[in-house]
Amino acid sequence: MLRMLLRRCVLGAVTVAIVSAIIFLGVELLPGDACTAFLERDAKGQMLENCRKDFGLDRPALTRYFEWAGNALQGDLGMSASGRKSIAELVGHRMKNSLLLAAVSLSVGVPMAIFLGVITGLWRDRPIDLFFSTAAILAMTIPEFVSATVLILIFSVWLGWLPGIVVTSASAPASEFFPEILLPVFVLAMVMMAHILRMVRSSVIEVMAGDYIQMATLKGVPYWRIVFSHALPNALLPAINVVALTIAWLLGGVVVIEVVFNYPGLGRMMIDAISDRDLPVVQAIALIVASVYVGVNLTADILTMVANPRLRTLNMRRG
Amino acid sequence: MSDLSPNLIPAETPAPKYLSGLRTVLRDVMSRPSGAIGLSLVVFHVLLALTSPLYVPYDFKTMNSMLMLMPPSSEHWLGTDHLGRDVLTRVLLGGREALLVTGVATPIAVVWGGFMGILFGLVGGRIDEVLMRVVDAFLSLPWILKMLVLIVTFGSGIEVLIPTLAFFYGIPVIRIARAATHDVVARDFISAAKARGHGRMTIIRRELVPNVLDTLMVEGAMRWSWMLLAFSSLSFLGFGVSPPTPDWGLMIADARGFMSFAPWGVLGPVIALSSLIIGINLTADALAKALGIDRAQKAPV
Repeated sequence: MLRMLLRRCVLGAVTVAIVSAIIFLGVELLPGDACTAFLERDAKGQMLENCRKDFGLDRPALTRYFEWAGNALQGDLGMSASGRKSIAELVGHRMKNSLLLAAVSLSVGVPMAIFLGVITGLWRDRPIDLFFSTAAILAMTIPEFVSATVLILIFSVWLGWLPGIVVTSASAPASEFFPEILLPVFVLAMVMMAHILRMVRSSVIEVMAGDYIQMATLKGVPYWRIVFSHALPNALLPAINVVALTIAWLLGGVVVIEVVFNYPGLGRMMIDAISDRDLPVVQAIALIVASVYVGVNLTADILTMVANPRLRTLNMRRG
Repeated sequence: MSDLSPNLIPAETPAPKYLSGLRTVLRDVMSRPSGAIGLSLVVFHVLLALTSPLYVPYDFKTMNSMLMLMPPSSEHWLGTDHLGRDVLTRVLLGGREALLVTGVATPIAVVWGGFMGILFGLVGGRIDEVLMRVVDAFLSLPWILKMLVLIVTFGSGIEVLIPTLAFFYGIPVIRIARAATHDVVARDFISAAKARGHGRMTIIRRELVPNVLDTLMVEGAMRWSWMLLAFSSLSFLGFGVSPPTPDWGLMIADARGFMSFAPWGVLGPVIALSSLIIGINLTADALAKALGIDRAQKAPV
C-alpha cells in the first residue's frame, strides 16, 4: 500500500518534470525570446546582445533549464519580460482569484451533480432523467462563451438581476467579488456538473444491475437501504476520478470564462501574456497549471486507493 | 461495395466488415430519435456550408454606415451589425471556415492518434510506458495554452490551425486507442496471428484495426465536437479567423458589446453554432449506443 502510494507520487513528479521540459523546449523552439519581446523594434545588433547578456540568455539552454526549474522549485518564477517584475508577485493575486472561482463552483457543483446523477441513474428513462441528461449534453458541448453570453443576455441585460461583468480589481479581497462572481460560477458549475452527472448516472446504472443488488432485493432488503448502503458506496468511487478530471478541465475552460466576464484570474493573465509574447510569464503559468493538474489527479488516485478495499489489496499483492 | 473492396483489401483477407458494417450502423443511428435529429442537423449544416455562397442575400464585407445595428426588417431578416453588414449573410457563411478546418483536422487526428495508440498498445513494455508519460504530460497542459502559443507564433491561417488541431487532438486519441487495444491484445486470436508468423503491421491491419474501429469512430465524432468548440473559442478570443471573414465565434465576440440594444447580432450565430454542435453530439451519442460503447465513461479531456 505504502509502496504503491510512493510509486504514484514518484510518477506524478516524473510527469511534472517532463512537462517542465516540454514547456521549456517549446518556448525555446519558438522564434524570438524574452529580449526580442522586451526591446521590440530595437531588437538587433549590440542592444540585443547586451540584453541577452543581462537576462543570461547567452548561456547554453541546458544550464538555463536547470536554473529555471531549480528556481521554480523554490517558488522563484523569474522576472516578466515586459515589466521586469517578479512573476511570483504578479501571479499571486490572480491565482487567489482563480482559486476562489474554482472553489465556489466546485462546492456548489459537485454535491448537486452527484445528487442529480444518482436521481437520474435510479430513475433511468423517466422524464426527470431525460430532462437532466439532455440538459447535461447541452451544457457540456455548447462552448462556454456561448452559454455565458446567453446567460448575460438573460440575467443581466433583460432581467437585470446580476452584474454581467466583473469590475473589481485583481488585488481586492475575496468578499468584494460578490455578487459579480455569481454568473461566472453559474457557467463554470453548469459545465462541470454535466460531466460529473453523466459519469455518476452511468455508474449508478451499472452498479444497480449487479448481482449483489439483485440478491439484496430478493432477500427483501428495503429499497432505500439497498441504494444507500450497497449501491452508492460502489457507484460513487469512480466519481472521485471524474471530479479530478473535471477540475483539470476547469483550468482550460476557465480561461474563456474569465475573458467573457472580465474576471481578473490566472486565465486572463495567460491570454494577456501570450498576446504580449511575455514568454517567462507564459512558462510560469504553464508550469503552475500543469502542476495543479498532476496534483489533483494524484490526490484522486490516492483517495480512490484509500477508499476502495479491493484496489488496496490488489495493489498490495502486485507490490 | 463489392466493386470497391478488391482494390482496397488483399484477396486473402476475410470479408471486410468495414463498408457493409457502416451501412448497418448508419441505419441503426437513423432509427434512434437522437441520431435522426443529430444527423439531419449535421447534414443540413454541411450542405449549407457547401452551398451558401450561391444564395446569400448580401456581400459579407460590405459596410454601410447608414445601416448600423438596424433591427430585423424585410430587407435584413436578422438585422445588421455594428458595421452595417447583413447578419443573415454572415450567419449563413459563418460556419464554412470552422467546418473546413475541423472537417480536415478530425480524420487526421483520429488516424494518427489511433495508429500510435494501437501500435504502442501492441508493442507494450518500456517504450509504451515512456510514451504514456509524455502523453500524460501533454494532456496536463490546457488545450488553450498549447494552441495559443503556436498560433501567436505562426499565425492563425488554416494552414496553421489544421495541423495544430490535428496534432493536439490526436494525443488523447492515443490513450483511448491504446486502452481499446489492450482489451483485445490478450485475446487468443492475436496469439494465433502471432503464432502464424504474421508481422506487426499485418496484425494491426487485420486483427486490431477492425476491433478498435468502433471505439475510434465514436471517439472521432466526439473529437469533432471538441475541436469545433476549440476553434470557435479561439475565434471568440480573437486568435482564430481574421476579420472580415465571417465566423460565428468572432461574430458573437463583436456583437456582445451591443447586446443590450441589438441582441439579434448575438442570437443568430449563437443558434447556428449551438445547433451544429448539438447535432454532432446527438449523432455521436446515437453512434455510441448503436455500437454498444458507453460514452459517459470517457474522460472529458
